[in-house]
Amino acid sequence: MSGKNINLTLKIWRQASPKAVGAFAEYKISISPDASFLEMLDEINDNLEKKNELPIAFESDCREGICGTCGLVINGQPHGPIPKIATCQLHMRNFKDGDTIWIEPFRAKAFPIIKDLVVDRSGFDSILQTGGYVSVNTGGVPDANAIPISKDIASLAFDAAACIGCGACVAACKNASAMLFVSAKVSQYALLPQGQPERYQRVQNMVAKMDELGFGSCTNTYACEAECPKGISVTNIARMNRDYIKASITANPVD
Amino acid sequence: MATLDSKIPAGSLKDKWTNHKFNMKLVNPANKRKYNIIVVGTGLAGASAAATLGELGYQVTAFTFHDSARRAHSIAAQGGINASKNYQNDGDSVYRLFYDTIKGGDFRAREANVHRLAEVSENIIDQCVAQGVPFAREYGGLLDNRSFGGAQVSRTFYARGQTGQQLLLGAVSALNRQVGLGNVKLHTRREMLDLILVDGVAKGILVRNLVTGEIEKYSAHAVILATGGYANVFFLSTNAMNSNATSIWRAHKKGAYFGNPCFTQIHPTCLPIHGENQSKLTLMSESLRNDGRVWVSKLKNDRRAPGQIPEAERDYYLERKYPSFGNLSPRDISSRSAKEVCDEGRGVQGGDAVYLDFADAINRLGKKAIEEKYGNLFEIYETITGENPYNVPMKIYPAPHYTMGGLWVDYNLMSSIPGLFVLGEANFSDHGANRLGASALMQGLADGYFVIPYTVGDYLASQKPSLVETNHPEFVKSETELKDFVNRLLSIKGKRTVDDFHKTLGRIMWNKVGMARNEKGLKEAIQEIQTLRTEFWKDVNVVGSGNDFNQTLERAGRVADYLELGELMAQDALARNESCGGHFREEYQTEDGEAKRDDENFTFVSAWEYINPGTWNLHKENLEFESVKLSQRSYK
Repeated sequence: MSGKNINLTLKIWRQASPKAVGAFAEYKISISPDASFLEMLDEINDNLEKKNELPIAFESDCREGICGTCGLVINGQPHGPIPKIATCQLHMRNFKDGDTIWIEPFRAKAFPIIKDLVVDRSGFDSILQTGGYVSVNTGGVPDANAIPISKDIASLAFDAAACIGCGACVAACKNASAMLFVSAKVSQYALLPQGQPERYQRVQNMVAKMDELGFGSCTNTYACEAECPKGISVTNIARMNRDYIKASITANPVD
Repeated sequence: MATLDSKIPAGSLKDKWTNHKFNMKLVNPANKRKYNIIVVGTGLAGASAAATLGELGYQVTAFTFHDSARRAHSIAAQGGINASKNYQNDGDSVYRLFYDTIKGGDFRAREANVHRLAEVSENIIDQCVAQGVPFAREYGGLLDNRSFGGAQVSRTFYARGQTGQQLLLGAVSALNRQVGLGNVKLHTRREMLDLILVDGVAKGILVRNLVTGEIEKYSAHAVILATGGYANVFFLSTNAMNSNATSIWRAHKKGAYFGNPCFTQIHPTCLPIHGENQSKLTLMSESLRNDGRVWVSKLKNDRRAPGQIPEAERDYYLERKYPSFGNLSPRDISSRSAKEVCDEGRGVQGGDAVYLDFADAINRLGKKAIEEKYGNLFEIYETITGENPYNVPMKIYPAPHYTMGGLWVDYNLMSSIPGLFVLGEANFSDHGANRLGASALMQGLADGYFVIPYTVGDYLASQKPSLVETNHPEFVKSETELKDFVNRLLSIKGKRTVDDFHKTLGRIMWNKVGMARNEKGLKEAIQEIQTLRTEFWKDVNVVGSGNDFNQTLERAGRVADYLELGELMAQDALARNESCGGHFREEYQTEDGEAKRDDENFTFVSAWEYINPGTWNLHKENLEFESVKLSQRSYK
């Protein structure tokens, strides 16, 4: 695991505050191909701080691709050029000496910029707070093995539940739609027996909130699936649409 | 000097919790909404506590420094969660889980707490399934289990390699439900920077709004900290970048005793360090040791590729030294063994790494079976290292991962400050000197779902409902001090970056307060940390202002705290003249290099009282073992 440093030119979005006018700033760096993309930004920031200049604000936490905190648009692609990874898992060995890299925040009306590359994704939580749960209180629940669930169904539910809530789907979509995110949560519960009692109310509540927050409509371009770091499938959107239609046209969709 | 009262209930071990639940006072349903409870942190412990207390009818205010509750570092736990369900019919029981945990912790945990943990473990799995957590299942539709280090039964429930994620999303879904219902107010992007005491009782907190920089004041009848551990004191650890000790450290400085600070867990299966600009270390789940075999060459400085080293020249050192547990030996023992063989020069290419090899398992079970079990972990490995573990063995090395130490709490999870409760990794309570794999998730959820809802009620039942105003002199005084602290950091304008200090501290901690410690090294570490702390306050450069989003300032405050905490860890390690669990003092070992406890003199919890920077008083809580017999921990 070693190689010669590569030299890069970076064009990075700088914006001092939510209302300020932003612009790209240029930085040069020589970096080890074994470094991660975010370690490269760490190094740029370290150099800026040493020069007493303001570092670039960007967010990350676990740096293992699971917390969903990081998220940059790299050369026009959310989370960069390699499929099915988050920005923090991208390594510099995927770039060539002499490359120019454009780095931007996730852009969407529903994700206002806080500073530089940091955006406000709290809309996602607002949607989940209207129905992204099974209404059970702590205690008084049946034994964990009381309801068998087929391995296939559990596995499909897991695939949907693997969403890390990063927002790449919204950033990738030309309409800034949150359909992939919302449908993943709706699907997880729609597939499992535990989610059945609230199945149709849940989908209506969550879709209504999604629309209210200014996320756009889905026009089936599948850009969301292509950029999703966890490979969440658009079949979840189809599943959600079926439930939503059923809930909308039938007074009591459960019958 | 106050004596420590652990408040362990009377009665036989198996009846203590049941009796205690009956004996505790209750707050009647109509009165619950008159009480405000602050919960700091939204990981497994915090989210489950905030949700459950909201369900019960208390007014809950929850805080996280993340942009969303779901980002808490519990999300990154991979392997699984233990519970004594005995679904596998392989001899598990509450008592066996209790015993394994006590023994795994090298007999330095409280019997009563650990037994309670084992008792409620079964409820946790039921709760999570009811929430829609997609655990792994068998073809018949029932839950699957796997084995983990330090146990000979299969009691670990899991959701692929993302168990922490699924459990946290379950707990956060319960929290989100309460937020939606208006029972819990959730404040994101807020970092707790001080604890407010009125007449010695916890009555509120100060937080910094990380977007605007404003200091905000919140008052409550009880404060719960569930803010995780402090392994980032080492700079390089498996913890998330923002995991920090600030909440518990500021509470410590306000009077909460710190329990067993030197008990840190160095996890055996992490990716080796690649270079100077490395920002953190990545864990490879311990579950890999179910099928992976750990080995190094028998020769020193062996430069051959792994495939070129014949079977006869390999040393499967865990299988050799610990035949009955083999590759599933507990973490402290596995880590130390890795260090030992690397120190002998037998690591990969003579360096700091050992092999974790799946060739045998792939031959036995087929590639598909291995892919099903560990596919995502293998992908993570390949993404980071550029090597394919199906073809070449993984390279691993130990890294700081978890801290068993934390704020001292009694059986009710209340700290030495009345009204201040501490849950999950932030407290010291259940894992003794070494935590077993898949037990952190269990403890976080046990504390949050099934312990605190009872014990906080018992406390509040004796509190008056009137709330302290946030213009109370104690709030005002702390606010002034905090603003001074922030301004002081910003006005030093020295030459060294915050990270530079953090990395320097991390090196001292890793070299001298890490996997193996000795008197000389610890004394040097204390000196070096004191010097570094002085340097920090003279020469750190915190760019930017205090009135907006400033990540450098956030980190500076945390590093200022690490520079004090690191010294306490070294002091504690120096005071404990024995080896136990993750605390290995080179002076105290058996002839074959195993940890040598001194039960006569050290069967106690060290609870440190803060006096001023660099000065602490040691209080001791003696541990009484009524059910288990102390023995040398053997995994041979």
